[in-house]
Amino acid sequence: MSLRIPSVLVSLVALGALAATPLAAEPKSRFKVGWSIYVGWMPWGYAADTGIVDRWAEKYGIAIEVTQFNDYIESINQYTAGAYDAVTLTNMDGLSIPAAGGVDTTAVIVGDFSAGNDAVILKDSTSLAEIAGRNVNLVEFSVSHYLLARALDSVGLSERDVRVINTADPDMAAAFQTRDVTAMVTWNPIVSEIAAMPGANLVFDSSDIPGEIIDLMVANTAVLADNPDFGKALAGIWYETAALMVADTPEGAAARAAMGAASGTDQAGYEAQLAATRLFADPAEAVAFTLSPDLGTTMDHIRTFLFDKGLLGAGAPSADVIGIELPGGAVMGDPANVKFRFDATYMQLAADGAL
Amino acid sequence: MRLINRHPGRAARLFLGSLPFLILVVAYLVASAARLADNPGDKLLPALSSFAQAIETMALTPDRRTGAYLLWSDTWASLTRLWAGLGIATAITLVMGLAIGVLPVMRALLAPVVAFASMVPPLALLPILFIALGLGETSKIALIVIGVTPFLIRDLSLAAAALPREMIVKAETLSASTWLIALRVVLPQVMPRLLDSLRLQLGPAFLFLIAAEAISADSGLGYRIFLVRRYLSMDIIFPYVAWITLLAVAMDLGLGGLRRLMFPWWGLEGRR
Repeated sequence: MSLRIPSVLVSLVALGALAATPLAAEPKSRFKVGWSIYVGWMPWGYAADTGIVDRWAEKYGIAIEVTQFNDYIESINQYTAGAYDAVTLTNMDGLSIPAAGGVDTTAVIVGDFSAGNDAVILKDSTSLAEIAGRNVNLVEFSVSHYLLARALDSVGLSERDVRVINTADPDMAAAFQTRDVTAMVTWNPIVSEIAAMPGANLVFDSSDIPGEIIDLMVANTAVLADNPDFGKALAGIWYETAALMVADTPEGAAARAAMGAASGTDQAGYEAQLAATRLFADPAEAVAFTLSPDLGTTMDHIRTFLFDKGLLGAGAPSADVIGIELPGGAVMGDPANVKFRFDATYMQLAADGAL
Repeated sequence: MRLINRHPGRAARLFLGSLPFLILVVAYLVASAARLADNPGDKLLPALSSFAQAIETMALTPDRRTGAYLLWSDTWASLTRLWAGLGIATAITLVMGLAIGVLPVMRALLAPVVAFASMVPPLALLPILFIALGLGETSKIALIVIGVTPFLIRDLSLAAAALPREMIVKAETLSASTWLIALRVVLPQVMPRLLDSLRLQLGPAFLFLIAAEAISADSGLGYRIFLVRRYLSMDIIFPYVAWITLLAVAMDLGLGGLRRLMFPWWGLEGRR
C-alpha cells in the first residue's frame, strides 16, 4: 500500500510519455479491456479464461486483451489516463472519475444492478435511526458513501449526524471486529463475511434503492464510435457468458464454481452474492432497464450527491456541469459538455440476435 | 588539469544544482501541455494554474462541511502522530539503547531480541495492529514506534559500545559508579548520534504514517492523498507530496541544527 506513492509518480512519468501518443480515435484492431473482482464482473475473467473473448474478437477481426486489476480504482484510473479502451465500473464512479476527468465515456453494457450487495451494517442495533452519533467506517466517495447518504435520507437524518471514517475495503472485515467500530457500510463479499459475525445487523441495503447502483462495462466514446465492432464483440462476449452462468446445467454450475473460486469464495458463496445481484443475462431486460425513465432519476440522484461532495470538479458551478446523455439522445445537464452516455445500441443488437 | 581536480565556481555550482530540477519542471510542463491540448479536462498532469487553485482551496479556504482549513488540519493531524511516534521511540531508545550499550548483562538479555525485532517488516504487522489496538490513533502511532525503534536502539547501542575502552577505564579510576559513567560519559557522546539516526529515520517514519493513514483515518496528509486518489485529483496529490517532502526536509535540517547547537564539539564538522 505504502509503495503506491512512489509508484504513482513512476507511472505518471510513464503516462507522460503517453502524451505523445494519446489514445488514437480511429479505426484500430487491438483493444484493451480492464476489469476488477466483483460479483457482476466475474464473467469477464471467465470469458477471457475460457476463450469466449477470443472467439468473439476473431469473429469481428479484432484482438481484445482482457486484464484483471486487483485494485478497482487503479483500473478506472488507467482507463481515464487512456491506457485502456474499456473498463468495468459503477454508474457513479463512471461519472465522477472518467467523465469528470474529461474522458467521454459510453456505457456499452448495463450488466447488473446491486440488489443487496451493498449494505449498512450496525453492531448491536437493528434500527437504522440508531446510526445517529456513531462513527461510520466506509470507503469515502464510493458507492458505499452514496448508499449511506440515501439510507440517512430515508430516516430523516443527514451526514452531519454521523462521522465518516475512511477505511480501506480490504481491512473492513478485520475492522468490524474491533471494539471502536460500531457502524459500517461496505459491499460484497465483505458484507456476507461481516453479516456472519455476532452482533452484526444489516439495517439498510441496496435492495432498498433498487436500480441505483449499476454495474457497467464502459468504453471510450471516440474509440467506440470509430470501432463499432469493438462494441459488438463486447456485447457478444457478455451475453454468451451471462447466459452460460445463469443456466441450470452442469456447464452453468461449473462456470459459477469457476467464477466463485476466482473471486475467493466457492460456488455456494458466489451464488449467494448473485442472489443479491439483479443480473441482466437477457439483453432485452437490459435494454428495457436502460430505456426506462427511472435511469434518468437515478443519475440525477447520483450527480446531485457527487456535486454535494465536490466530486464534479473544484470549480463546478452546479450539478449540470457534466452532460449525461440518456438513450434516445435526451441530455441531462450541459449539452455542450456531454461526457457520460448510456447507449442501448449494442444491447439491442444482442436482443435482436444481430451480433 | 585532471577532471578530478576541477571544482565548479559558486555560480556554476548553483546552476548545476538547479539543473535537474529545471529539467523535471520543463519535462512536466511539456507533457502536461500535450495532454491538456488533447483533453482540456485531463486530471493526470494538471496545469500550474490548477495547482494554484487546488492549493488555494486546500490551504486558504475553509471546508464547506467542517469549516476547517484542510491542508492545515491534515498537517496538524499527521505531525501529531509523527511526533508522538518519534518521541516515544526516542524515549524507549534512550533507556534500552544505553542499557544494552553499557551493561553486558543487559546486552546479553536484550540485544538478540532487538536484532530479531528489527527484521520484522512493520507494514506486515499492520493488520495485526489494527485488530489489537483498534483503528484509532494508537495503532498509527504504534506502527511508527515499532518501525523506527529497533533501528534506533541498535544504532545507539553500537555507538555506545564503540566508545574507547580507555575512556571508561579512566572514569573508573576516578571512582565513577556505573550509573555515573552511563549518565556522564556515555550518554553525552551517544546523544548526537541519536539525533542523527533520528534524521535518517524520518523517511521511514513518514512511510509508516502514510501507510497507516491510508487504511483508516478521517484526517491527515496520507488520508487526503489516498482519498482524492479515488477521483484522480493530481492537482491535490502533487502539492501534498511536495508539502510532505518540505516538512521532512525542514525536520531533517532542524534536527541537524539542534545537534550542532547542543553538541558543537561532536564530529568533524563541529566547531573547534
